[in-house]
Amino acid sequence: MNNPAIPISKDKKEESTFKFILSELKPKGKFFTPFNIISIPVILLGVVLIVIRFINGIGAVTNLTQEVPWGLWIGFDVVTGVAFAGGAYVLTFMVYILNMHKYHSIVRVTVLNGFLAYVFYAGALLLDLGRPWNVVNPIIGNSFGTSSVLFLVAWHFLLYMIAQLIEFSPAVAEWLGAKRARKILSGMTIAAVIFGITLSTLHQSGLGALYLMAKDKIHPLWYSEFIPILFFVSSIFAGLSMVIFEGSISHKVFSKQISKKNHWAQKGIVIGLAKICAGAMFAYFFLQLLVFIHGKRWDLLNTPMGYWYLIEMVGFVLLPMMLFVYGYKKNSIFTVKFAAILTMLGIILNRLNVTVIGFRWDAAVSYIPSWMEIVVTLTVIFTEIWIFRWVINRMPVLSDSPEWVKDEK
Amino acid sequence: MGLNRRDFFRTAGVAGITLLALDTLGAEKEKDSDVEFRGILYDSTLCVGCQTCETICAETNGLPAPIGELKPGVLRKTDENHRTVVNCYKTTKGELFIKTQCMHCNEPACAAACLTQAMCKTKEGPVTWNGDKCMGCRYCMVSCPFDVPKFEYHSSNPKIQKCTMCYDKIIKGGIPACAENCPAEAIKFGTRRELITEARKRIVEGKDVYVDEIYGEHTAGGTGFLYLSSVPFNELGLNTKLQNESYPELSKGFLFSVPSVFVLLPPLLLGIYEATKKKKNDKTEENE
Repeated sequence: MNNPAIPISKDKKEESTFKFILSELKPKGKFFTPFNIISIPVILLGVVLIVIRFINGIGAVTNLTQEVPWGLWIGFDVVTGVAFAGGAYVLTFMVYILNMHKYHSIVRVTVLNGFLAYVFYAGALLLDLGRPWNVVNPIIGNSFGTSSVLFLVAWHFLLYMIAQLIEFSPAVAEWLGAKRARKILSGMTIAAVIFGITLSTLHQSGLGALYLMAKDKIHPLWYSEFIPILFFVSSIFAGLSMVIFEGSISHKVFSKQISKKNHWAQKGIVIGLAKICAGAMFAYFFLQLLVFIHGKRWDLLNTPMGYWYLIEMVGFVLLPMMLFVYGYKKNSIFTVKFAAILTMLGIILNRLNVTVIGFRWDAAVSYIPSWMEIVVTLTVIFTEIWIFRWVINRMPVLSDSPEWVKDEK
Repeated sequence: MGLNRRDFFRTAGVAGITLLALDTLGAEKEKDSDVEFRGILYDSTLCVGCQTCETICAETNGLPAPIGELKPGVLRKTDENHRTVVNCYKTTKGELFIKTQCMHCNEPACAAACLTQAMCKTKEGPVTWNGDKCMGCRYCMVSCPFDVPKFEYHSSNPKIQKCTMCYDKIIKGGIPACAENCPAEAIKFGTRRELITEARKRIVEGKDVYVDEIYGEHTAGGTGFLYLSSVPFNELGLNTKLQNESYPELSKGFLFSVPSVFVLLPPLLLGIYEATKKKKNDKTEENE
């Protein structure tokens, strides 16, 4: 009224923001890239399979049995995917809590990765739910199964997604040019980080704790009352290995967006992460050894499952750990990247050994995922990468923040 | 000092209502604790393998008739269409029959696993499933040491199928269909306490017949379904390696640690943050 300039400029701005978002929704860059050529047919097929799953039931596309009710979709998509998303809480801890500024340039991309991983892999959980329309029951209403580990995990997923969204939101604000919103949102970062780390600690271990009651069903080499702690410790190096792996790809694919300064810093970051990985893996290996010796499991070693266990422990924990050490001593990025890939394979192996391979290992009819389950899993992963690419190409995630952010300080 | 009339009435009224409320609460509690867990005692030495329980269970619950031939060497399993099955085993004392179904644990793993309270240990004893709450996550199936809950994989509106000890009948004072119709009287319904006394009595009176153990008295923290047998229970296909502590006990330690982590970790993180922040001021300013 006294000052009509403000509402008018606001309207104008809203309109332009809307137009801006519309224009940004359009795809950018070349369409026929190798990734697109592979991922588009898989995603289309996956969507068809998902429709079939909702019409004819879970049994129409999966090989799940009455003895093995959780298969690839839980064991890989959710349990393994969330372990790989652990990089977000480790890095936010390092950068915001320990104030290790060296790693600041990769925080945003890691948080984005973590956030999308949670949205998609926890979202994949909906496909696995027989009665997904009741999914709100543990969140609202009077059906709180507070004695359930899954109740805790469900709540933590939800809250952690919100925390990660807050951690990432300044990037969205910078993209939209919302200066005021950015200031408010970035002021919430530290609270979101502290909350997020606490939630992560609990649900990374909680995913392991889910299997505590399946004592008689999991092969004794993989079952112990320490599963939660083992899952938590391994999520540290699982997440960081993912950061190393994803970083090496991003630096090739999105190299245009990365400033020279950050490009040069990348080597120091990778070597630093390798050190942390090696340390966490040593702790993990030592814990596994303690569990093994404490459980008096020597006689189990000379069985097929025992050899399988040794392969996991020696080939995919001990070996990559030594490679990480070698990599940072010799300053060899290649060795570190190789170690990161081995570590990631080891995490996949470990999570699947607990949830799928070692689960009912003695069942008469063992569960082997159907090709359709694998296609749906790939669909979820590819869709996530599509969204990831879309965001990277638009928001200041890998690229530096716009100039006005610096001016404000 | 002193209360005036109005205040007096007000105070008396509030106190009276509080007392009344407390009283009704107390009364309700007492009523609840009066209800004892019901259970079923199954005496495998009496079972003749007629499969009447299977047929009557299917009829009562609107499920398809039993399938598969009952003979030794063939292991029939409960599934989403059959809540109970009888099997025949070659044992050291010849061919014997045994019925399997939900064990109705005192502290059921499935109910502890359920994040929506769809699986529920009722105060009368049966463990029941509520479709309005269930989201079909199948964590109950992962957790149940007896592999009892079964899932309808080929339905777009899948249900969890398991024996409910005919809960609907029990709350109306009836008895479960299998117990009601067993021609050999091998299935006996009653309160768990009575049944254990009865089982002990049978063991003492028939020393030559029974093994001196009640399967389910301690297994998995005690179950509502109790077995008597003339041969060791593993010969009848029952899992004798299960722990005697209840299964929810296994994840209790983790769940109890959650509140302390939630209370202790954030202040610790905040402390570290504050401690390292001071260094930040010395260094160059950093962007978000």
